[in-house]
Amino acid sequence: MTMIRTLRSFHGATQVAVLLAVLLANWLVFPGFFAIRLQDGRLFGSLIDVLNRGSPVALLTLGMTLVIATGGIDLSVGAVMAIAGAVAATLTRDGQGLPVVLAVSLAAGLACGLWNGLLVAVLRIQPIVATLILMVAGRGIAQLITEGQIVTFVNPQLSALGSGEFLTVPMPVVIALGMLVLSLLLTRATALGMLIESVGINRVASAFAGINTGAVIVAVYVWCGLCSAVAGVIVAADIRGADANNAGLWLEMDAILAVVVGGTSLLGGRFGLAPAIVGAFIIQGMNTGILLSGFKPEFNLIVKATVIMIVLLVQSPAWRTFSLPSLPSLQRKHPGRTVP
Amino acid sequence: MNQRFLPLIATIIVFVVGYLFCALQFNHFATLRVVMNLLTDNAFIGIIAVGMTFVILSGGIDLSVGSIIAFTTVVLAVLIGSWHVNPWVAFAMVLVLGGAFGAGMGAIIHFFQLPPFIVTLSGMFLVRGLAFVISTESIPINHPLFAQLNDIVVVVPGGSHLTLIAMVMLVVLGIGTVLAHLTRFGTNVFALGGNRVSAQLMGVPIARTTISIYALSSLLAALSGIVFSLYTAAGYALAGTGVELDTIAAVVIGGTLLSGGAGHMLGSFLGVMIEGLIQTYISFDGTLSSWWTKIAIGVLLFMFIGLQRLLTVVWAAKASAPSRPASGKAAPADAAGPRPQRA
Amino acid sequence: MDGPQEKPHLLEIRGLVKAFPGVLALDGINFTLRHGEVHALLGENGAGKSTLIKALTGVHPPDAGTFLLDGVAIAPRDVADAQRLQIGTVYQEVNLLPNLTVAQNLFLGREPTRFGLVQGAQMRQLSRVLLADYGLDIDVGLPLGQYSVAVQQVVAIARAVDLSAKVLILDEPTASLDLQEVAMLFTVMRGLKARGIGIIFVTHFLDQVFAISDRITVLRNGRLVGERVTATLSRRELVGMMLGHDLAAQQKQGPADAVAAKGPALISFRKVGKRRYLEPFDLEIRPGEVVGVAGLLGSGRTETAKLAFGITRADAGTILVEGKPVHLRSPRQAVRLGFGFCPEDRKVEGIVGALSVRENIILALQARRGWLNRLSRREQQAIADRFIKLLDIRTPDADRPIEVLSGGNQQKAILARWLATEPRFLILDEPTRGIDVGAHDEIIRLIKRLRSEGLALLTISSELEEIVSYSDRIVVLRDRHHVGALTGSDVSVERIMSTIAATGADAGARAPAAPDRPLASLTLP
Repeated sequence: MTMIRTLRSFHGATQVAVLLAVLLANWLVFPGFFAIRLQDGRLFGSLIDVLNRGSPVALLTLGMTLVIATGGIDLSVGAVMAIAGAVAATLTRDGQGLPVVLAVSLAAGLACGLWNGLLVAVLRIQPIVATLILMVAGRGIAQLITEGQIVTFVNPQLSALGSGEFLTVPMPVVIALGMLVLSLLLTRATALGMLIESVGINRVASAFAGINTGAVIVAVYVWCGLCSAVAGVIVAADIRGADANNAGLWLEMDAILAVVVGGTSLLGGRFGLAPAIVGAFIIQGMNTGILLSGFKPEFNLIVKATVIMIVLLVQSPAWRTFSLPSLPSLQRKHPGRTVP
Repeated sequence: MNQRFLPLIATIIVFVVGYLFCALQFNHFATLRVVMNLLTDNAFIGIIAVGMTFVILSGGIDLSVGSIIAFTTVVLAVLIGSWHVNPWVAFAMVLVLGGAFGAGMGAIIHFFQLPPFIVTLSGMFLVRGLAFVISTESIPINHPLFAQLNDIVVVVPGGSHLTLIAMVMLVVLGIGTVLAHLTRFGTNVFALGGNRVSAQLMGVPIARTTISIYALSSLLAALSGIVFSLYTAAGYALAGTGVELDTIAAVVIGGTLLSGGAGHMLGSFLGVMIEGLIQTYISFDGTLSSWWTKIAIGVLLFMFIGLQRLLTVVWAAKASAPSRPASGKAAPADAAGPRPQRA
Repeated sequence: MDGPQEKPHLLEIRGLVKAFPGVLALDGINFTLRHGEVHALLGENGAGKSTLIKALTGVHPPDAGTFLLDGVAIAPRDVADAQRLQIGTVYQEVNLLPNLTVAQNLFLGREPTRFGLVQGAQMRQLSRVLLADYGLDIDVGLPLGQYSVAVQQVVAIARAVDLSAKVLILDEPTASLDLQEVAMLFTVMRGLKARGIGIIFVTHFLDQVFAISDRITVLRNGRLVGERVTATLSRRELVGMMLGHDLAAQQKQGPADAVAAKGPALISFRKVGKRRYLEPFDLEIRPGEVVGVAGLLGSGRTETAKLAFGITRADAGTILVEGKPVHLRSPRQAVRLGFGFCPEDRKVEGIVGALSVRENIILALQARRGWLNRLSRREQQAIADRFIKLLDIRTPDADRPIEVLSGGNQQKAILARWLATEPRFLILDEPTRGIDVGAHDEIIRLIKRLRSEGLALLTISSELEEIVSYSDRIVVLRDRHHVGALTGSDVSVERIMSTIAATGADAGARAPAAPDRPLASLTLP
């Protein structure tokens, strides 16, 4: 085994170990944590709950990982969730069938991703700026679709996507895993994953090697839009309605956090989808743990902030080298000039 | 003409046209009363917009301001209401706390070379969480001083008045304008946003400036929290949710380059006023729904970002016009320049 | 050195050594700057000029060696510190802030203030006075970026001179100035000389060297070639010093095995060029032929390569592949046409650092196959292993990130990247720069082998012996023009150098700006 591959598998192992530690901690404060029971053909229990509740963020994390791997970021995923949820709820309320509902709401997500991707790849607007536009306007668009109301619907088929089960496993978990498999196939069974990493590490060299860097960048934002739309539909299906104000609110932050915890650098490059998903469940595990241990849920935010800072500080070059901050910055700006 | 003022001019045009449009639509729009309400209602955003302008001018971003507002109001409510601390002492305490917190974020951003976006995002989580931990309920503040302060007004012709918090905002705006455009600190902020490496080579104290910028932003966010508590007479951990986005949007609509280095403090004020104008228009209209505010701001945001991008490209083309035989490193057809520093 | 002197030299550098991982950038350099002299510092890319300047200004602290300023040992910690010691620098790329006004740039960090407020009017007045010395009469209240690069450069010089009164380093300041501006700059430099300021002048315009400098120091591959008094040096001798040849040893002929490839051209460039980038040129390359590109730094060598690979889009001319006109608007199209390009700046334009050697090798092939048509892990491994063996790429295994390899092995991996695509036409920009001697020879052997296998090659190198040893023909560039094509017995170091040095003799002290380059205006563009 080579160094880099052991390192990578080690990274994945770290996330799994942390997840196990978090779950173990949950078990310590709540002995019944690992208890799973089967009731009406569906699994119940705290562990299942962690997976179920963590699924929307896990879905967002899939797209966000790819976007971040190209050196970008997508702040609009929460707003896209709201849009897709609003579309799904409104169409269902108006009596459309499930295929139409799914097709249109997922298409809305794809369109949002395409918009972001074109801004970043073609207009060359910084990703954080480009996606800020949809983050601000997207929620307004979702409210426009629902006309400001909480749209509710009765449609068992759609509801099953959010609160149903497949082979006793809650549907959101199945969908999240399905999308993980799909994402892995898309990136690892094709060459896309390597091209994404290449673009994220060195866009110039990638272009010189003949890679269509613009298309790669558009593709990741489109995929991110799709994943967000799936998450939005699941949430709407679960609550049997769409709340344009609150659907997906601040979930972009959780998704970014999950990617960081999952070991993908915010600067782009090597990415791991499975570790990122594990990262999403780590976050949910902590949320649940705080609840179970009797602390106020308000501590969630503090814990999240602390985790994100620790991970970032440990990852930061300054932490590793203890070098002066002034020199690395000089070298980074003129990468080719250190050896003239 | 100074081309860098083009976005600011666009902002002024948008504001004037927008105001005239509103005035033509509604009879009572063109009164001082509406103007005064605009100032009062947007005072707390106006104050943080000043700090945010410094941050964005330097090439950074601060997502923690909304949370700091919430935290400040909650702490004030607890200090004044439960612990019976003198309100003035409480004000001083939250300001010091805010400044110190911002300085900490600035130090992390500088010394660990982390993207401002992610550092201030954690700051946002942390501070909002702390506010929640103190109280999840809205706590009313019933101190007599609050009523007294709210009663301080300057009566202006037409029967309306300029409130204290509007005055605070205008004073902060004035000081911020002077600081940004007439002091060495301000020049250093612009220098930092223009090119960090060049600024360093030219002797700009990078560390001190970065830390000061974030300290100032958080300090003003705390001040904004004080103003917000005066405005609402309550402390609430959910206060100021999403305010950071409104503020960033206002600064950009005000003509400040989101990548830093160009902009004007007065533009940010107008950006805040434009957002206020949109909201006022919608409330005057009565039939329009509130979500149009977000969509309108999004559209404006896109227009200004597009305008800035266009101008940047045009300027870059012009600056490189006489070809430089020495470089031999022309921009490739399909390759970006250096990787954006900000994630 | 030149007789006893009462006071020490202005600046003495003794035994300067600076190593970067894998490269000895400066190997015991001595350098002396006298009061009131212009001392030209010359050398090709990688000679060590920039490293020397960065060591002197504290950007790269030296590994060994001393700096004596007026006989006193100094150790600048950073640029600001060097500035305090009165060593001012104007870098190759204007290191000012285009978003600030001209006046702010001139006075950044030392603005006139009153009660903490910057006195804008006073600052602008001072700026106008300051710039008047340089013949600049511009609105100093406008952003610097609104002016041409020429004006920006003059402002940078004005700032450095105003800050520093002893040593001024000008790192290619004239690169973007036109005749008139160069003349003005020289006037300024002579004025500074008269004030006793020592100027280190880095340039690649030989005419300017002869026009303004008192002494010349030439560096080559991190070593000192020599210091000469300008007046005693001929143009040819200087070119020889820079390119590493004695006049005596210039009889080297073209490759012994040169059998000029016959038959139709594989690639034809017909009047291909780009305004303000490279003058239109004609070039034909046949299969099994190596065309060398020679010229001094900045003569348009890399520009030729970038036009030929579609990185920079030509705005004139046609490109034919096997007689048929082709569109060449991006590297992607070039790759599809069977072109390959090993860039000069390996780190920025070549390697994808954190990817493995294997992935770097298959990258271009994979890009051409499209993302859906993935090379399996086994195929990747097979290709990587084949080229690692074929090119003797020294890496413990193919999964090592390429960034940890030495320069020579990185270069071989980039070559492998293109060979894996089975190209018809390969462009190599300084393929042997910055790599060790062993790898150097291997790459030259490889170039010869590729030629014998029928590839068309366009090779850029500042190593004349090297380029002569494998090129069938040599294109010589000067001032962004293709000025000569040497074939047959003319392929020699001697002929290249005489072609490069040709202008100066008849042009005298004329500053070498391309005659048809538009005059950059001193006023607002």
